[in-house]
Parts: sequence; C-alpha cells; structure tokens
Amino acid sequence: MKKLLASTAVMLALALPVAAQDYTPDPAAKPGGSITITYKDDVATLDPAIGYDWQNWSMIKSLFDGLMDYVPGTTTLRPGLAESYEISEDGLVYTFKLRAGVKFHNGREMTAEDVKYSLDRVTNPATQSPGAGFFGAIAGFDQAGDGGLSGVEVVDPLTVKITLSRPDATFLHVMALNFASVVPKEAVDEAGADFGKKPVGTGAYKLAEWTLGQRLVFEKNADYWRPGVPFLDSIVFEVGQEPVVALLRLQNGEVDVPGDGIPPAKFTEVMGDPAQAARVVQGGQLHTGYITLNVTTPPFDKVEVRKAVNMAINKERITQIINGRAIPATQPLPPSMPGYTEGYAGYAYDPEGAKKLLADAGLADGFETDLYVMNTDPNPRIAQAIQQDLAAIGIKANIQNLAQANVIEAGGAGTAPMIWSGGMGWIADFPDPSNFYGPILGCAGAAPGGWNWSKFCDEALDAKAVEADSMFDPAKAEERLKLWSDVYMGVMEEAPWVPVFNEERYTMKSERMGGEDALYVDPVSIPVNYDYVWVKQ
Amino acid sequence: MAAYLIRRLIQSALILLGVSFITFFLLYVLPADPVRQIAGRAATAETVENIREQLGLDKPFVVQYARYMGALLQGDMGRSYLQKTQVAELILSRLPATLLLMVGAIFCELVLGLTMGIIAALWRGRALDQTLMVTSFVTVSAPQFVVSLLLLYVFAVKLGWFPIGGYGTFAHLVLPAVTLGILGSGWYSRMMRSSMIDVLRADYIRTARAKGLTRARIVLRHALPNAILPVIAMIGIDIGIFMGGIVVVESVFGWPGIGQLAWQAIQRVDIPIIMGVTLVSAFAIVLGNLLADLIAPFIDPRIKLR
Repeated sequence: MKKLLASTAVMLALALPVAAQDYTPDPAAKPGGSITITYKDDVATLDPAIGYDWQNWSMIKSLFDGLMDYVPGTTTLRPGLAESYEISEDGLVYTFKLRAGVKFHNGREMTAEDVKYSLDRVTNPATQSPGAGFFGAIAGFDQAGDGGLSGVEVVDPLTVKITLSRPDATFLHVMALNFASVVPKEAVDEAGADFGKKPVGTGAYKLAEWTLGQRLVFEKNADYWRPGVPFLDSIVFEVGQEPVVALLRLQNGEVDVPGDGIPPAKFTEVMGDPAQAARVVQGGQLHTGYITLNVTTPPFDKVEVRKAVNMAINKERITQIINGRAIPATQPLPPSMPGYTEGYAGYAYDPEGAKKLLADAGLADGFETDLYVMNTDPNPRIAQAIQQDLAAIGIKANIQNLAQANVIEAGGAGTAPMIWSGGMGWIADFPDPSNFYGPILGCAGAAPGGWNWSKFCDEALDAKAVEADSMFDPAKAEERLKLWSDVYMGVMEEAPWVPVFNEERYTMKSERMGGEDALYVDPVSIPVNYDYVWVKQ
Repeated sequence: MAAYLIRRLIQSALILLGVSFITFFLLYVLPADPVRQIAGRAATAETVENIREQLGLDKPFVVQYARYMGALLQGDMGRSYLQKTQVAELILSRLPATLLLMVGAIFCELVLGLTMGIIAALWRGRALDQTLMVTSFVTVSAPQFVVSLLLLYVFAVKLGWFPIGGYGTFAHLVLPAVTLGILGSGWYSRMMRSSMIDVLRADYIRTARAKGLTRARIVLRHALPNAILPVIAMIGIDIGIFMGGIVVVESVFGWPGIGQLAWQAIQRVDIPIIMGVTLVSAFAIVLGNLLADLIAPFIDPRIKLR
C-alpha cells in the first residue's frame, strides 16, 4: 500500500516534531513549591469538550493531554499522547501510535479505546461541545451520535486510525486542541454533567480542590508521563478578585501571576517603575481587533466606501488609548501567524484620500450609520475615537453601546452596519492561517447567526481557502502559506474589515517565578505554561 | 393573626410568581441568544440548532415557562447553560458568604446610621446636625468602587491590619462589612433623624421630661423604641438588596457572594442562573418584609395585624 513517496512525506512530517520534542526544560529549574494565580471570574468548567474561554483553556491543557501538543512557548507541533503518526499518501488516513504506560489520574492506563471514546464524545451532539465543528473532516462526522464516529478505528490497544472525508492540512492542529483531549469513559459516566467539576485526565496536574466561587487547587501528577515535569507541587487559583486588587496583592507578595493581566488604569504606573517593569514579560498574541463593515448594508455595499473607512481610521491613535499595548494592524492575520504577508502596508491613514473615495462613490456629503460596540472598557473609548475619525470624513456614526451578547446577536443577524470587535476580537484556536478565515470571513460564517459580521462572501476566495486546506503534504507547507497569504490579500482588496490592531500580551509575575520568558507569553497557554514554570525557593 | 398570616403568605406567593414570570419573559425577549453563548464562535449552524433543541429553547415562550416552573416546583432550578453545574449548588455554595456579609453590613449600617441619626435629631438645626446630614448624603452617593478600594488600600495594604481581600476569617469580613456599613448608613441616619424628631415632639416625651427623667433615659427608654419602627421596615428591604448581590464590593474584596455569580451570569445570558438568583433574592425581599411586619406589633403594641 505505502509507496516510497508517502513514507518520505511521513518522514518529513515527523522530522520537525521529533526535533522539537527535544525541548529541554530550564536546567536551573527546581521542583517543588506552589504558586497563586488570581482571576476575576469563576472558572466555568474544566470539561475539555466544553471549556472554550481563554481562562479555562490553559487550565484544561494542564489537566488533560491530546494526541498532539505544542513545544512550550511556541506554535510548533509536537506529539503528545501519540508517540508517532503516519499520514497516508492521499492525506486521508492518519495512524497514531500511542505512548505505552500513560496513566489517567484515576490510575488506569490510557488506551486507543479512550481516544476513540473521547472523539466520539466531543462530536456527539448530545455533548453540546462548542468545538464539535473542528472535527468536521473526520469521516462519519455528519452521522455522529451515540453510535460514534465511523472514521475513528481502534487497530490495537496502542494504535488508532483516523480516516478523513477530505484532506485537511490543519488536522494535526485540530488534534492538539483541548477538544481532542483524551478522557476516561468511566470517569465521565460517573460524574455525568458534573465532569467539568470533577475532571480526570492524563495531564501534568490533577484537580485536588474546587470551592465554587473561591478557589481551585491543582496538584502535581506524580505519575506524569513526561519525565521531569511539572516542577510545581501545586497551583492555587483564587477566583472572584478584582484585577486592581490582584496587583496590590502581587506587590505584597501574596500572588504570583494576576491571571487577568495588568489593569489598564495601573499600566503606566507599573511600566514606569523599573523594579516592577522588570517582572513584566511582553509577547505577541494571535489576536486581531477589527471593525466589520456589513457589505449587505448600503452604503457599505460599495467597495469605495469600505476602502474610505479603512483610510479614515487613525490606528496609531487607537493603540494609544490602550496604553500602546498593541501594534497597528494592516491585514486580518496577526504578524506572529504563519501566512502573514510581510511588507504589505495596508490602507494608510489618509483622511483626504478617504473623502475623495467617498465623493467618487457619490457620497461627498457623507452619511449616517451605527457603530456597535461592547460596553466594557476600553471598548467604548475606542469606539469614540473611531467615531471622531469617521466624523472627519463626514460619516456620522452613532455608537450602540451594548452587552457582549447583544452585540454578538446583532452581528450574527446582520443588523449592525459596523461593529468594533473589541472584547470579542478573534484569537486563534490554533496557530494556522485557516483559523482566521472560515467562521469570520468565509461564506459559511456569513449565514444568519454566524460570526462573519461583515456578511462578506466571496466564492472565489472560499475556493482558494478550500484548496489551501487540502494541501496536507508538509512538503507543500510553504506553498500553502503563500496561498493563504493570497486569500487575505484578496480580502483586503474587498475591504470588508478595517483591521485595527494586534494586541500584545503583558504578563506580570512575582519575583520568585522562574523559567524562560517564552513560557509567560506562551501562545497556546494563557497566562503561563503551568507545566514548565517553577519557583525559586 | 392567623388569617393575616395566611393572606400575607398567599400575597407573597403571588408576588414571587409575578417576579418569575416577568423575569423569564424579559430574558425571553432580550435580543441576545443564550445558545450562541453556549455554542461559541466555532459552532456550525447545526450545532447551534441542536443545542437549542436539547435545551428546549426552540419551544414557544409559554411552554418554556411552564417547563421551568414545573421543574422549579419539584425543587429543580436546572443546570447552568455554560457551567453545566446545578444552579441550586451554585447558589448554595455562595449563600453562606452572602448571608455573613449581609449580617455584618447591616450591623455596621445600624451602628453608624442610628448613632448619627439620634445625635443629629438631638442637636437638630445645629452645626453638628448639618455636618452629619451632609456626611450621610456624601456616603450614600459615594462610588462603591472608590470607597472599597480606598479602605482596602489604607487598612489592608498600607497598615496591614486586615487581609487584602478573601474569605474565611472574621478579619476578612471587617473591611467589606464596614465599607457597606458606611455606604448604607446614610439611609438609616436620615430616617432615624426624622423619625426621632417626630417622637421627641410627642406628649409622652414632654411628660417624661416633666417627671425629671435624665436626658439619656428619655432618649433610650422612651424615644428610641418608638422612633425605630420605620427603621425595622427598612432592614427588611435592605436584606433583599443584599441578597440580590453586591457586585462591586464583593469583587474588590474577593468575597464569594451571590452578586458575582449573578453578574457573570448576566454577562453570559446564563438564564437558569439569572432566574435562580432573581427568585432567591425576590424570596428574601418578600420574607424580609413579611418578618418586619410580623415583628412590628411586638415593638409597638398599638400595631394590630389584620
């Protein structure tokens, strides 16, 4: 069956992860100790099939493992519970060889049956997983239910074969999502709907205590299959704490990492104090904040008008509103995302040019429209800046300041002519350019209720996106990224968005926290990679 | 008395039914879709519809309301849409903290408010009275966030007398309770002052004075018990307010009360939690008022419950 070509491709696929797997934890790291992390909101759930907010994402990562994983602090894939994998020549069959002797927190050994059960569970409509759609490429997805996925087969206790219905270049990333975490059936059956409060996984930590509304304690999994990690004996998450108070407690030595970050009101003060600024780690984030222009609502159905709005916005000034904690964006993809188009300047700030474009579109006198915005700081202030910029070219934008759920509703229904995405901006689920397209710029997302609030739908670009995602061969990775770059440049031609800025991350830590900076701005684990950080005694 | 009690209990049940209906209706017409919050941004249209169906949110309003009330009458408040946890468990886990803070806060409000009110009434029209009344006006209009943070900063961070937020010991309770006491004392001091002034004009006070009783005895034995009646009714209302949650103070002091739960649920359109918290606080208001009315005759024998 297997041809030489296929095995070469497999070799290539494996080459990078295997090399990357040699990630050496900090040689100075000492085991032991406990850290305290604070959050304002209580943790919603720790069920990997359900949890889908930035707060529980990294917690779930430390409690569970999937077949694939990322090298700490990077966006590079490495095998997780899979020891190795093979991709068939047509890109439709993935065969994963599992690690032997991996134990769940309940002491039982993990097998291929558990992998199948977990994928069946997350795709079963009864589970109500928000991530079910990511597994759409697996054969039998459309019939998924109590019968399970026909595309996932157990070959032997340590081998699982996954058949896809179409090639999917992002499939290994999908297998690294929390939604693909391996869970033990007996623990899920026993806890029922409370599995999110009684999680059992194979991860570096296990849940030791959860007092609703107060705190969670993670305890080191002494049987963890990755040798040497984690370093910490325990992690205490204290919830219900105002970020400003968390900062005061950090300054008092009671908190190690404020999970919600440095509050905007205190940012200048912290960064102005060398002692405190030295403990702040800055890094990129796979995030873009944008304004959507509803292409089905006049006058935004005219591309000139959309381009004019793009030229009217002073992005530099908007980044100043958030203390310069972002860089102005030129395109939908953030700079740290593969496929980002280097050297593309985007639409430069040019109010005069924008006025000319409006005049060309027959709107020399401007027009009136609505700008929807989520009502939490700093978003209303950003909306005001946008409003002023638009007023300068004769557009009168009325700000609709609403709760998040109401903005999302208006966006999905297509009743909002303009939306500032702040607070709901797109943060990538996985580090691949395709993740910024389908739901927010593709035709599928433009359906009523979708997240494509511009209602932008370009069949040709959609076809290109499909083509790119079928290029599963790692040898064609560069070509694939080029294709994605073309897709986003095509989007910019049509200008359904004003990309405004890419947020930077600023993680503050206590003096005793150790480990390289990359662990504190890990693109996948926010705020920190719990498995690899350590404390000085 | 018994007839009165039965009538009041029926009234209370009707009020709660009304509250449940209005809240449920408002959440139903709200232009925000709870299913979208559950399904998340990556969900396909099929996932969204599937979840809607499973939660019964595709059914007409009347059916949804009837189902909710049916379950509620069997003691089932449902599960949170997003956390999947039993709403009763979520509320119960936060109830002790809420009750504790409520008791502490009302105690501080009364100590501060009644003292200020009595002093102001006795020195009515003088500089002291005016100072106290301006103070009470300032405290009731002061922003909660600023006052909480100020007290926290001075007494916990700078002086280190109390822990910087948290829950568990008496020391943790002091600052949030005092904060709420200061913020709410103005209502009590104003009410106490006007009530006290009325009472001090009464004939029996003149009689007491004529008998040659000491001023302290007149105020504490004769005037105070009569002047305090409206204050008791106010405590009943206060209980309801505290049970509905004190979002800001709870969040600054990291106090695990119902307010934070409600606030998060509102942000995420988590209807079962919003309904649960609303009903629990409505129940507390109704109960608080009922108790205040029932206690009144014991303090003032002139009041008869009919």
